[in-house]
Amino acid sequence: MPDALLLLTLLVLPFLGSFAAGVLPRRARNTAAGLAGAIALVNLALVWAAYPTVAAGGVLRAEFEWMPSLGLNLVLRMDGFAWLFAGMVTGIGALVVLYARYYMSAEDPVPRIFAFLLAFMGAMTGLVMAGNLIQLAFFWELTSLFSFLLIGYWHHTAAARDGARMAMTITGAGGLALFAGMLVLGHIVGSYDLEVVLASGDVIRDHPLYLLALLLILLGALTKSAQFPFHFWLPHAMAAPTPVSAYLHSATLVKAGVFLLARLWPVMAGTEEWTWLVGGAGLITMLIGAYIAIFQNDLKGLLAYSTISHLGLITLLLGLKSELALVAAIFHILNHAAFKCSLFMAAGIIDHETGTRDIRRLSGLNRSMPFTARLALVAAAAMAGVPLLNGFISKEMFFAEALSAEAPVFTLLNILPFAAMLASAFSVTYSLRFIHGAFFGPEPTDLPKTPHEPASWMRFPVEILVLVCIMVGVLPAATVGPFLHFAAQSVLGDAMPAYSLSVWHGFNLPLLMSVLALAGGVVLYLLLQDRLRVMDGPPLIRRLEGRRIFERSMVFLSWRLARLLERRAGTQRLQPQLRLILGAAIVAGGAAVWLRGLGPGNLVPAPIDPVLVLIWAVGAACALGAAWQAKYHRLAALILVGGAGLMVCITFVWFSAPDLALTQLTVEIVTTVLLLLGLRWLPKRRQVPGDRGPEVLTRGRRARDLAIALGAGLGMAALSYVVMTRTPADLLAQHFLERGYTEGGGTNVVNVILVDFRGFDTLGEIFVVAAVALATFALLRRFRPAADSRQVPEQQRDQAPGAEGGSRHGAASGPGSDWLLVPFMLTRLVFPIMIVTAFFLLLRGHDLPGGGFSAGMVVAIAIILLYMVGGTDWTEDRLRLRPQLWIGTGLLLSTGTGLAAWAFSKPFLTSYFDYADLPVIGRIPVASALVFDIGVFALVVGATLLMLIALAHQSVRAHRSVPKAVPEPAPERPKLGVAGGG
Amino acid sequence: MELVLSLAIGVLAGSGIWLLLRPRTFQVIIGLSLLSYAVNLFIFSTGGLRTGAAAILEKGEMGTLARYADPLPQALVLTAIVIGFATTALLLVVLLAARGLTGTDHVDGRERDR
Repeated sequence: MPDALLLLTLLVLPFLGSFAAGVLPRRARNTAAGLAGAIALVNLALVWAAYPTVAAGGVLRAEFEWMPSLGLNLVLRMDGFAWLFAGMVTGIGALVVLYARYYMSAEDPVPRIFAFLLAFMGAMTGLVMAGNLIQLAFFWELTSLFSFLLIGYWHHTAAARDGARMAMTITGAGGLALFAGMLVLGHIVGSYDLEVVLASGDVIRDHPLYLLALLLILLGALTKSAQFPFHFWLPHAMAAPTPVSAYLHSATLVKAGVFLLARLWPVMAGTEEWTWLVGGAGLITMLIGAYIAIFQNDLKGLLAYSTISHLGLITLLLGLKSELALVAAIFHILNHAAFKCSLFMAAGIIDHETGTRDIRRLSGLNRSMPFTARLALVAAAAMAGVPLLNGFISKEMFFAEALSAEAPVFTLLNILPFAAMLASAFSVTYSLRFIHGAFFGPEPTDLPKTPHEPASWMRFPVEILVLVCIMVGVLPAATVGPFLHFAAQSVLGDAMPAYSLSVWHGFNLPLLMSVLALAGGVVLYLLLQDRLRVMDGPPLIRRLEGRRIFERSMVFLSWRLARLLERRAGTQRLQPQLRLILGAAIVAGGAAVWLRGLGPGNLVPAPIDPVLVLIWAVGAACALGAAWQAKYHRLAALILVGGAGLMVCITFVWFSAPDLALTQLTVEIVTTVLLLLGLRWLPKRRQVPGDRGPEVLTRGRRARDLAIALGAGLGMAALSYVVMTRTPADLLAQHFLERGYTEGGGTNVVNVILVDFRGFDTLGEIFVVAAVALATFALLRRFRPAADSRQVPEQQRDQAPGAEGGSRHGAASGPGSDWLLVPFMLTRLVFPIMIVTAFFLLLRGHDLPGGGFSAGMVVAIAIILLYMVGGTDWTEDRLRLRPQLWIGTGLLLSTGTGLAAWAFSKPFLTSYFDYADLPVIGRIPVASALVFDIGVFALVVGATLLMLIALAHQSVRAHRSVPKAVPEPAPERPKLGVAGGG
Repeated sequence: MELVLSLAIGVLAGSGIWLLLRPRTFQVIIGLSLLSYAVNLFIFSTGGLRTGAAAILEKGEMGTLARYADPLPQALVLTAIVIGFATTALLLVVLLAARGLTGTDHVDGRERDR
């Protein structure tokens, strides 16, 4: 089997299985379990198939292109260390699936848990096989995500929800830090490829950013592996179903942190910082975890703190400056997975068969479930480090390391062996408490269920794991020896130390320490035994509760801080918001000037032309006048804005931009008409001479607004001047100018950019315009004018003597009436000319000023003109307009042109052009871009007309309803966006 | 020349921003129109002010910046004009609908408490 296929299958299969399990019906417990088990076994077999390569010291590697332009590829690689983890993830995964089949109650939605378990297995496999730092960070977060879903599986209980959220917050935040750390690491090395990173240890350690990278990566690793001070999430994660705890919180998820530490050990360890941070966190965690574990009354809580302690031990080993310690750490990772997983399963069996996990209520289960009791006894003995079991051997190695390791300061070297013994003694105590409390003593009373042995298949995984504990404990070199060897070698390379895996090393100091720890632990248990039942939490450090700190900070972040920000920065009113935004913009611009200076550029300003000065004297007057008059004289303000717009238009002509001038002119007309149509619905506001309004209140505000406006205006003027007197960055323009004709086939480069080079942008734009048109239409369908706007405007009443109400706009207009007779005749004459002009503009757009936008606008203007002079009814009787049809056609044509390129296996919107000889007209360019432009044209016609007509119809509708309109007390709240009615 | 146009942009922007900060919806619409003129002119001017530069290529020619006006800001502004039109229309209709619903043309949908 080729490597790439093997690795890819290993990664993808669990996710596929997860999806399949996810769509199974709720009751399909056996199907889901069978599926999950089969996938775990297939993956285990695949891992086994990789064994020959890995055992020979080789690395399986597969690379897939991801973002080659950034030098990023998806790399899957499996060396000895990754192989060991992959084996653990799949092997224990298979056992957990079997266990979960019997553990989960038929009332639960069982397929879901198998779906999550499989997805988690996939994420974990991806994590250990990642050959790229970013990929590693991705799968790291994925494991956090699926562990969140698994912990929160029983989401109807508050404990599950809180525990899941806490785990997600802590490990997710750590994952983000890890991601940042990976980016820093990649920056230091210059590559994200794991193999390159692993080969540049000296570069990394000597780099000034080393400490930053180390801190960020440690944040990730220590949160994941529940190390002090982030350890508190793990006990709360015990709200998960026990199979999940057995899988995630003993064997896999929490091992991801130490996996990463070991992975990066050759390139990041060995410095003082590493030893202090990693070793320190490990040491504290090991002691605190073991100490607290003694005082837990919940079986799973005890195991959780014991897990924290053992992870601390592994972290401590990784923090020591010794290759042998790394070997010991890897060995203990394996051993811990075996005994802790089986203990969790045993705790789950007790819970399942008795209905409680409280050590104070449990007692004497040895009689009712003797087989389980013996299995748990062996596993707990392994945890305590009893000889001839696997935990003993790695503990001996740990003791040896604690005695000989290099420590940053001498006193620490003296502390280490004692700390190791103390933690070991504690672990003996809590192991005893687990076994003695649950299985020995008098017959249990008042248990929720009558205890009995579980189904034998439920016990089977425990049996396997306990067998592993014994085999490794008795014959370490023959069983785990080779695996451990190549795993450690793949991490350490040539620096592999010599070590001996055997049970008996003669009478030496580590053995003495073991004996002392065992004895000490037993004595401690005997002393505490009776008091433990009544104690509430661990003495001395009861107040040191990470959970409380976490919750306080969560409350602060998500509630108080948010409230504070809302109070300070949030507002429900528009004007303060705008002031904030504008103020921020001015400050940002000012800061840039302050920091970088502001000077004129390298161009000599062109001589000032008096005509342009005159034009802008008018333009500025128009703008200021509009600003002055917009409150009380809306029509005047609108006309003045139109004036300013015309000056803009002339400016475009002046500075060689005919296309812009054309578009600006047509858009100006349509916008003005639109706003004119809207004026009618605004409230009357008369300036009463002498009445200055609430002057005192608003004077300060107006002064402030004036300052903002002046500041922004001056800033814009200065910025524009500085920009204009600099040589424009011409690279892109040059590109388009060169290719406009030779590749785009048009001499009007602006149009070629719009319909060809940047056609996708234009496509997006016309979709926006279409959406806006439909939105205005929808809003206006349910339009309810305000009460004071329902009357026919007085101007119209004056104009129509004799006509009641507002029938002026109805059938009375048009030919035959005397209203606007001359303009009406002229318009009818001009209309065809305008349409022809529009088509002319459209067709020549590719080569000369024009194009779909301006052509569409011209058609819209022509039709508006008919409406204005002919009246609504007259026009609509003669011209069947279907704006929606135009919009649809336009979108279809444009998108279709883009899609057609696919038929020629070219990318979306690739254009094609050629020249065609037509009789009479001559040689004309035929470009697919023209079809695209016709689509734009149709859309602009449709959208503009839809908006204008929808707004104009409001007047007609309102007039018709006026005669029977009795003033309604309160208008019904319109249901916007609901089709029909209107 | 540059000075005239910069001042023009400044006046348009200043008037527009003044109106944006006013309480009546119509003032805001007018302000947005003025502001969009200013911004369009500014974007346009980033290509450099060129009087009498050719806008249309000769057939078969590779254009150079020495002879031709910069087409890129023009294309950007052309798009901006059309989008500006669409958003003005949407804003107008939203404001009209809000005016119908709330009975006031204040931007917050209710008159300011005195």
